[in-house]
Amino acid sequence: MALTTSPPADLAPAREAATDAAGLGRVRASAFVVPALVLIAIFLVYPALWTLYLGLTNYRLTGIAAARPQFVGLDNYVRALRDPEFLNSLWLTLLYVIGSAVIGQSILGFVLAATLRTVPRVVRGVVEAFVMLAWILPSSVVAFLWIALLDRDSGTVNALLGTPGMAWLLEYPMLSIIVFNTWRGTAFSMLLFSAALNAVPPSQLETARMVGASGWQQLRDVVFPHIRGHVLTNLLLISLWTFNDFAPYLITAGGPDNRSEILPVFVYESAIFDGQLGFGTAISLLMLLINLVLAVVYLRLLRERRS
Amino acid sequence: MADIELRRLVKEYPGGVRAVDGLDLTIADGEFFALLGPSGCGKTTLLRSIAGLETVTGGHILIGGRDVTGLAPGARDIAMVFQDYALFPHMTVRDNIAYPLRIRKMGRPERHAKAEETAEGLSLGGLLDRRPGQLSGGQQQRAALARAVACHPKVFLFDEPLSNLDARLRLEARTFLKRLQRDLGVTTVFVTHDQAEALAMSDRMAVMDAGRIRQIGTPTEVFQRPASTFVASFIGSTPMNLLDAVADRDTLRVAGTTLPLPAAAGPHVRDGEKLVFAARPEYMTLHREAEPTGIEGVVAIVENMGVGSLVSLEVPGGADGARIVQVTVPEGQEPEIGSRGWAVAAPERVLLYRHDDGELVGSERAGAGEPVLAGAGD
Ligand SMILES: Nc1ncnc2c1ncn2[C@@H]1O[C@H](COP(=O)(O)OP(=O)(O)OP(=O)(O)O)[C@@H](O)[C@H]1O
Ligand SMILES: [Mg+2]
Repeated sequence: MALTTSPPADLAPAREAATDAAGLGRVRASAFVVPALVLIAIFLVYPALWTLYLGLTNYRLTGIAAARPQFVGLDNYVRALRDPEFLNSLWLTLLYVIGSAVIGQSILGFVLAATLRTVPRVVRGVVEAFVMLAWILPSSVVAFLWIALLDRDSGTVNALLGTPGMAWLLEYPMLSIIVFNTWRGTAFSMLLFSAALNAVPPSQLETARMVGASGWQQLRDVVFPHIRGHVLTNLLLISLWTFNDFAPYLITAGGPDNRSEILPVFVYESAIFDGQLGFGTAISLLMLLINLVLAVVYLRLLRERRS
Repeated sequence: MADIELRRLVKEYPGGVRAVDGLDLTIADGEFFALLGPSGCGKTTLLRSIAGLETVTGGHILIGGRDVTGLAPGARDIAMVFQDYALFPHMTVRDNIAYPLRIRKMGRPERHAKAEETAEGLSLGGLLDRRPGQLSGGQQQRAALARAVACHPKVFLFDEPLSNLDARLRLEARTFLKRLQRDLGVTTVFVTHDQAEALAMSDRMAVMDAGRIRQIGTPTEVFQRPASTFVASFIGSTPMNLLDAVADRDTLRVAGTTLPLPAAAGPHVRDGEKLVFAARPEYMTLHREAEPTGIEGVVAIVENMGVGSLVSLEVPGGADGARIVQVTVPEGQEPEIGSRGWAVAAPERVLLYRHDDGELVGSERAGAGEPVLAGAGD
């Protein structure tokens, strides 16, 4: 065994080229990698750089600025940060992320995961199947379902709640899209938390029970410290997904009166409807920055726990 | 302090497994009680039922005269030490030990002082600021003990607390645990499947099989007079010799030899009744010359046991082929393999069991004397 493995590199290599494990040599090895690099350059690096550039111009979808965009420096960014519509949209996005991801999906997902451990297998299977179904259905289908559910005249929700004529999407647009996204995305948190809860040693929970710890105390002192990493990972993923989620557009289209215009919708409206590609691109970059900050904060928290 | 009384306790798991099957047991105040039995006999289930971690399906549990059958685990005033110690990995040893006190709303300085005092008593003094992951197995075990001790329970329950320790540490922990229990005087139930542990530590012990108790007694009683062939084959570091025998007037025919029938057994056996002759290897001696009361055989195996050796004699048998009789011999007297030997049992140590139900000759027959308990089970 030890005899057939290749000798360490510092023990006088037989051929000069054979410093790599496969023995291809630098030139041939590069030939294998180049196609992938080209594809990455075309489809990832170029658009990214292009976006960076567009954000600094007054590029428009139509008109003179479409043919001959002018370099405007940081104007787009300054404008965005002074634009009450942008700030409103940022605020709505925050509400959307906190409401549907942090509170809705993860808390509901945890409660479901914890409760389903104690119910009979059949019940658990059925509930899990429904939650998963909501997750795997395409957004467009789910959006259509919710429009039908919340319909003013013949909607199921109005029939169930006994509130005929209630226009949910007009009266409570933010609440509607928050509930919609919670409903659609809870499965992920539920699955992640069920796996996490399986990793909590039963004897530790039982020790807590033996000394008389209440359900809440068991959660705080035993369960939560064990699943803290899972909670953070889950929060990171679902807040990023929710932050960039465009599906609410399919339900409220940002309206009425921009009252549910979260950032992805705002970008779409500015760039495509108003044709201000440069401005829209600048906002996309701002979103990217916010995503990065979110990710860094969560990763910091995760690392803190490990050390 | 409190005694424990179990009345016709039944625990049937969903699916019909009766892990505890109509069990009656009283454990005295301050007693160190060991539960011993083969794997799957229901020891853990019984312990968890006393703790309240399993809901029993029948019977009653009384602790200090109080019926706790329906109470939550936290309301029973019991501390339990698990096989994996169940220390909270994210808390320091100090916080682990103080945790029960924290749940009881004792103030931080007070409970930390208490934890330190307890830890000192269990020689954990310098380790209070470490996390369980930074302790050795033996230290973890003592930290778990300290947590149990710190809340001054009425009853300790231990589920194989020593089985994760290596052999040497286990001996140390055994002595340690025994002394701790004696000092505190807390009623203790100790589950183990290591019979040496049960014999060494307990004031009284119970041997369980299939959810029932087969024998209760002091370690000496159980070791010297196992109540049935099941207990006899289970107890002892070397298994007891169990040989088929037949009563023949006032003699006993066993493995080609005729021995006098023990006087005490006389009135209880019928002529020609099939019996089981039982003698521990430690209570037998090996002779090189023919002995009238010796069982003759050929030395097949000699196992070194440190102080002495365990010799296995192959005894040419009747219908069921050859049988093995084991005898311990003192150091320096090991026989040659293949040589002839006669195993003689000390007459006062010989036990006789009935062949049909495996109980001790002269004991009550189940179903004859007292009614069989929880007969509903079968
Ligand atoms: N949760 C459960 N559901 C169903 N049956 C169970 C459950 N737990 C244990 N049993 C069964 O109950 C019986 C007793 O199990 P228990 O764990 O009490 O045995 P034990 O004496 O502690 O064994 P060991 O020495 O291996 O720990 C076994 O037959 C086991 O299969
Ligand atoms: Mg067990």
